[in-house]
Amino acid sequence: MGKLTVRESISKGLYEAMDSNERCYLLGEDIGEYGGAYAVTKGFLDKYGEKRVRDMPIAESVIAGAAVGSAMGGLFPIVEIMTINFTLLAMDQIVNHAAKMRYMSNGQIQVPMILRTVTGGGGGLAATHSQNFEGWYANVPGLKVVTPSNPYDALGLMRSCIESKDPVIYVEHCLLYSVTGDVPEEYYNVPLGKSVVCREGQDVTIVTYGGMVSVCLEAADKLSEQGIEAEVIDLRSLRPLDIETSVKSVCKTGRAVVVEENWKTGGFGAEISSSLQENAFDYLESPIIRISGEEVPMPYSRKLESAAIPDASKVTITIKAMMEI
Amino acid sequence: MPITLDKQKALETYELMKLIRLFEEECASQYMRGLIRGFLHLYIGEEAVAVGAISSLNEDDYIVSHYRDHGHALARKLDPNGIMAELMGKSTGVSGGRGGSMHLFDVSKGFMGGYAIVGGQLPIAVGLATSIDYLSEDRVVMCFFGDGAVNEGYFHESLNLASLWKLPVVFVLENNLYGMGSHIDRTHATGHNLYLSADEYNIPATQIDGMDVLAVMETAQPLIERTRSGGGPVLIEANTYRFVGHSMADPGNYRNILEIEEWKTKDPISKFVEHALSQNIFGLDDIAVIDESVKQVVRDAVEFAEQSEDPEVESMYREIHG
Ligand SMILES: Cc1ncc(C[n+]2csc(CCOP(=O)(O)OP(=O)(O)O)c2C)c(N)n1
Ligand SMILES: [Mg+2]
Repeated sequence: MGKLTVRESISKGLYEAMDSNERCYLLGEDIGEYGGAYAVTKGFLDKYGEKRVRDMPIAESVIAGAAVGSAMGGLFPIVEIMTINFTLLAMDQIVNHAAKMRYMSNGQIQVPMILRTVTGGGGGLAATHSQNFEGWYANVPGLKVVTPSNPYDALGLMRSCIESKDPVIYVEHCLLYSVTGDVPEEYYNVPLGKSVVCREGQDVTIVTYGGMVSVCLEAADKLSEQGIEAEVIDLRSLRPLDIETSVKSVCKTGRAVVVEENWKTGGFGAEISSSLQENAFDYLESPIIRISGEEVPMPYSRKLESAAIPDASKVTITIKAMMEI
Repeated sequence: MPITLDKQKALETYELMKLIRLFEEECASQYMRGLIRGFLHLYIGEEAVAVGAISSLNEDDYIVSHYRDHGHALARKLDPNGIMAELMGKSTGVSGGRGGSMHLFDVSKGFMGGYAIVGGQLPIAVGLATSIDYLSEDRVVMCFFGDGAVNEGYFHESLNLASLWKLPVVFVLENNLYGMGSHIDRTHATGHNLYLSADEYNIPATQIDGMDVLAVMETAQPLIERTRSGGGPVLIEANTYRFVGHSMADPGNYRNILEIEEWKTKDPISKFVEHALSQNIFGLDDIAVIDESVKQVVRDAVEFAEQSEDPEVESMYREIHG
């Protein structure tokens, strides 16, 4: 067992992909000479050369589309789109092309590819650079979406993405790169579509993913000091979605809070909340509550930005109020 | 020196163009009968482009098309039965009845799909060419698109990357003057000579008479070979015209009847026949034989498609993931 950061875990996964498959190559803006906007691919160009590590023009549509086409031609592309905000310029290739290829060709074509990108706010980057669109992609059959929250999952999920024969959106949270955690030396993986109970408790279930996991764990510790034991579930994959683990937990605790950084209206939390009431209605002692980002374009000021993103105290206060019902 | 075809090649060229023409006319009837649904974009009038360009390719080259893809598919010799069955949404269709008219696929023939987002197929072609280059394969990708697609960012991003990486892509721009109901004069800043854009990206480009199948071949062949031998992408702008509406839903109110009639005098099939007869390449009796056999192919395709089964509802859930 060793300690790795999330950044190192992702890199380790990428090295494994590159070393195990000659047809695997990386493409993205500034991933080579510059080393990646978040330094995940630092050193890759030196090791693998320009054929396999490709600095791309700032042209997200053709980056994503060329990846799709090259996968159709037998390669295994791993794309980096600098942040999820910029995937909007690639969205047509992701949604209308990558996700449809296998289906529309009746299985004649497959598109094994990973599209890595960076989600979330909190870095003072204001309205266009702080968004959370992973839930949008999770809406689309034909795509898979994973959202690692720690180094163990970052590597384990990456390994499963490498095995996948379909396009996967691998979503990295901007504030997690330097988070450290234990990562076994021996091979393991984290299957796609399997959530995990990352803290046990019997009073209330918190369902969350990505950057909000650590926020919820912090809240759970505070609640524990006050005699409330929260069970925290990290979804890890948004599609395929494992809702059963959350349902089972809610049947035990009788209460559910869904926490996401994204906006509430039409957000992914609504999907979770709705599925929970469909499957665990008879076990609920109080309405399911969603805690989400404030419905505003992300403001720049530190004070405003902090107020717009859910934090541990918001989760704690909400749950304490809920427990009184 | 203008290209000359031997009798066999000339007959094959005629046969393919005629097949496309009759197949498309039959599609229109089947649409009126309600057996073909959704959008149906016909290739009538543009036959010389597909036949001239595609018959200049090797068997293992890739083709990427758009939603007006029947002509390209037939020129590539996809099974007409499978195409008609696809248009009727049957399980025996080339895409299993999941794609329809706009999404014909036959990977065994290098036919990598028809795509219905204007311009979206250009990056796909560039990606396929990336794989060819990466794997040092001896192939090229031929990518078809319309004048309307030139206004999409996709066109520019794709030409830039293809040229930057010297990829084996043959871009074939089918300029039929209209994107749906809009004449290029009203949508493009220059309105003509669209091929000149390629110059910005250092891509050799030529404009040709797309109503003349021999001119298409004559231009395509050396350009394809240039690309194949590592010369990077090329672009062919074929000036052409669709004799029918954009799709079957076209109100047809934006084109002058005189303009349509004028273009019909340049019918690519009549033009080629006149040439072949005048040069004694083939005779009227040869034409009669081919016409009969092509009609039969189309009749058989309809019969095959009509008699094929709809896909099972359960099959809907297949091939979403591997
Ligand atoms: C991105 C996108 N925008 C609009 C449409 C609707 N549409 C379908 S075909 C078409 C015209 C395209 O014209 P052109 O590229 O010249 O091809 P042509 O139909 O003339 O062969 C339009 C606007 C679409 N399918 N995709
Ligand atoms: Mg057009």
